Amino acid sequence: MTNEGRQVVIPGQILGDTPTFKPGRGTFVENKKIYAERLGVLNIQDAFIHIIPLKGRYDPIIGDLVIGIVEEASASHWMVDINAPSPAVLHVHEVPWEIEYADTEKYLNTGDTILAKVLSVDESKRLQITLNDRNLFKLKDGHLIEFEPSVYRRIMGKKYSMIEIIQKYTRCRIKVGKNGRIWIDGDAEGIEKVLQAISKIESEAITFGLTDRIEELLKKDAKDVR
Amino acid sequence: MTIVPIIKRDYIIKLAEQGKRIDGRDFNHYRKIEIETNVVNKAEGSARVKIGNTQVLCGIKMDIGEPFPDTPATGVMSTAAEFVPLASPDFESGPPREDAIELARVVDRGVRESQVIQLEKLCITPGEKVWLVFIDIHILDYDGNLFDAASLAALAALSTTKVPVSRFLKDLNEKDRTSWQKQILDLYTIPGVDEIPFGADEANKNPNPIQDFPLPMTEPPISCTAVKINDFILFDPCFDEEVIADVRLTVATDHNGDIRAMQKGLSGSFSKEEIQKVIKGALDNGKEVRKTLKDVVSS
Amino acid sequence: MKSDIELIDTEGKRNDGRGPQDIRKIKIEAGVLHRADGSCYLEWGGNKVLVAVYGPREAVPRHTQNPLKAIVQARYNMAAFSVEDRKRPGPDRRSVEISKVISEALEKIVLTDQFPRASIDVCIEVLDAEAGTRCAGLTAAGVALIDAGIPMRDIPVACAAGKINGQVVLDLGKEEDNFGDADLPIAISPRTGEVLLLQMDGHLTYEEFNEAFDLAVKGCHMVSEIQKKAIMDKYQTAAAEVNE
Repeated sequence: MTNEGRQVVIPGQILGDTPTFKPGRGTFVENKKIYAERLGVLNIQDAFIHIIPLKGRYDPIIGDLVIGIVEEASASHWMVDINAPSPAVLHVHEVPWEIEYADTEKYLNTGDTILAKVLSVDESKRLQITLNDRNLFKLKDGHLIEFEPSVYRRIMGKKYSMIEIIQKYTRCRIKVGKNGRIWIDGDAEGIEKVLQAISKIESEAITFGLTDRIEELLKKDAKDVR
Repeated sequence: MTIVPIIKRDYIIKLAEQGKRIDGRDFNHYRKIEIETNVVNKAEGSARVKIGNTQVLCGIKMDIGEPFPDTPATGVMSTAAEFVPLASPDFESGPPREDAIELARVVDRGVRESQVIQLEKLCITPGEKVWLVFIDIHILDYDGNLFDAASLAALAALSTTKVPVSRFLKDLNEKDRTSWQKQILDLYTIPGVDEIPFGADEANKNPNPIQDFPLPMTEPPISCTAVKINDFILFDPCFDEEVIADVRLTVATDHNGDIRAMQKGLSGSFSKEEIQKVIKGALDNGKEVRKTLKDVVSS
Repeated sequence: MKSDIELIDTEGKRNDGRGPQDIRKIKIEAGVLHRADGSCYLEWGGNKVLVAVYGPREAVPRHTQNPLKAIVQARYNMAAFSVEDRKRPGPDRRSVEISKVISEALEKIVLTDQFPRASIDVCIEVLDAEAGTRCAGLTAAGVALIDAGIPMRDIPVACAAGKINGQVVLDLGKEEDNFGDADLPIAISPRTGEVLLLQMDGHLTYEEFNEAFDLAVKGCHMVSEIQKKAIMDKYQTAAAEVNE
């Protein structure tokens, strides 16, 4: 198998001319030429040239599901680390609890982990997140690991195929944050297998046939899959 | 500062209750140790030690200087550690933090008190000129257990150190040279030889006073570190274990199985039984680590 | 004058065997550290340099934040044992200056407006020094920034030219740096030719400067190819192996 469809590109590399092609994500234009702005994999769709990044910090987009770690509680809000270039604000109005002034610590405190959604990103990239949704909550038990945020799409797979396979064979509850964090709950053995699968996906992210290889890896010692 | 999520902490404890660790090791087991020597050309001796993902580089520089007045015929050693911001998102640039100073002092004690370097053999002219040995520890990648990585790097670097006589010869006057000739004979007693003339290289076999020679050393003690998390004692903690640990103990043991240095760290506490347990584990692990070190420096 | 030491013979052969337009041997490896967001190890002649990149992350202290773009903070540091006579650990005036000019060079290339209020930290550790450490450090920083996934206009690269015994040569070695007539380290954006860093000390005529500058640019392009290969080795080859 060749790498043809997954060409690695680097910053400053020329990718095409405008207007034949249109500049997409991860590119910039100078003198009608489209260049890559970061390390990534080339992806051309409907004349749009995109770069799918291979490395880099999480870049928050409104509506993203993220896993946050509470840094500190203030009287009216919490500061939450979501692995982005700056911490996010979780305002007391954005949680499902009735909180009296300065009572924030009772609900969430330093070191707590939450499954949240990006509520807003302003021009200077100030971030707000929310817990106001029935699928969002404080995470308890289980294990938390980090992964390269650019690998998110591979971990989920096409139409969630990858994550479903992982859940099926490990019988773990898994929540994947777009910000490069995964929460896993299950028995130690199951969690260990999830970790193996994630690390394989990370190191082989730009290859073909990954879903099959992950299924093989998990199948090997899975005896009682329903 | 990196905040450790409570669920990660709880998970490490939950695993420990089942006798497991997050990277699959037994409580007493070390991660893979790799030692590479002579990695810095400008240094008189150097070594890079990896324990798992932790990486420490140690370089030895030597110079000629004055002895301390109370030990006029003894060489001088000093140890410094740099926690450079390269190694961890939590390390900041600037003057050494107290962590770096503690690390440097613990490594220094391990070398000094056990007379690993035979400083009395590093005198040139008593009261005037002695060899200075600088041990500099550079942390490159921090994934826990810097104490063991740093002291092992220092020992490996010292083992490969050559006293740079040839480079400093120009700094020695007639008096120094005469005195040094005597010293070098004390260092390497040769029957029937009572003077080795300077500059006569071919005619005289080793040792030659203008030749660089290996730093005179004795068998070093080996440091092993464990942390306590709840009631569990874990050796060679990785970063995730170290940041949630209650208390830490480093024990340096020698080749006779005796204890040569100890350092308790962090704000938790140990019982006597727990300390004994760490000492026993340090003795067992020390043997393995000593073998790893010997294999590298003697090859 | 100090140029009475012979550094280059009549045949144009330098003391280390190189010709006037030869560069020292360079080895680059990307992604060598576990904690850093991006990293690079580089050997250039007798120089050994390790670079880590952290960020973009919240700039601290807060007053350093720029509401419109990220700041790039390079920190050049020499290990105590990296030089002939032991250096006192920690920053000195020389390293502060070099950190500043490297920060400014990188800031021009990084697309900083994507990360308001953030900081991109570039830690350059010189582990073994033998003339040309700032060029080695900046070149390694370019690779480490890519390894960290930082968006950039180009891959910055540096190389020096100089004058020894009255002759313009590429990439001064230790002796040539100590006893030569002039040193001209530059950093460029190889795609556009823009000059990002330029320093010079010694003595050059206007004509000699032009010659040295062109030679240094040529050197930069040579080094740039090695940078690109190091990145491809890390990312494209890794993919190819699994696919076979």
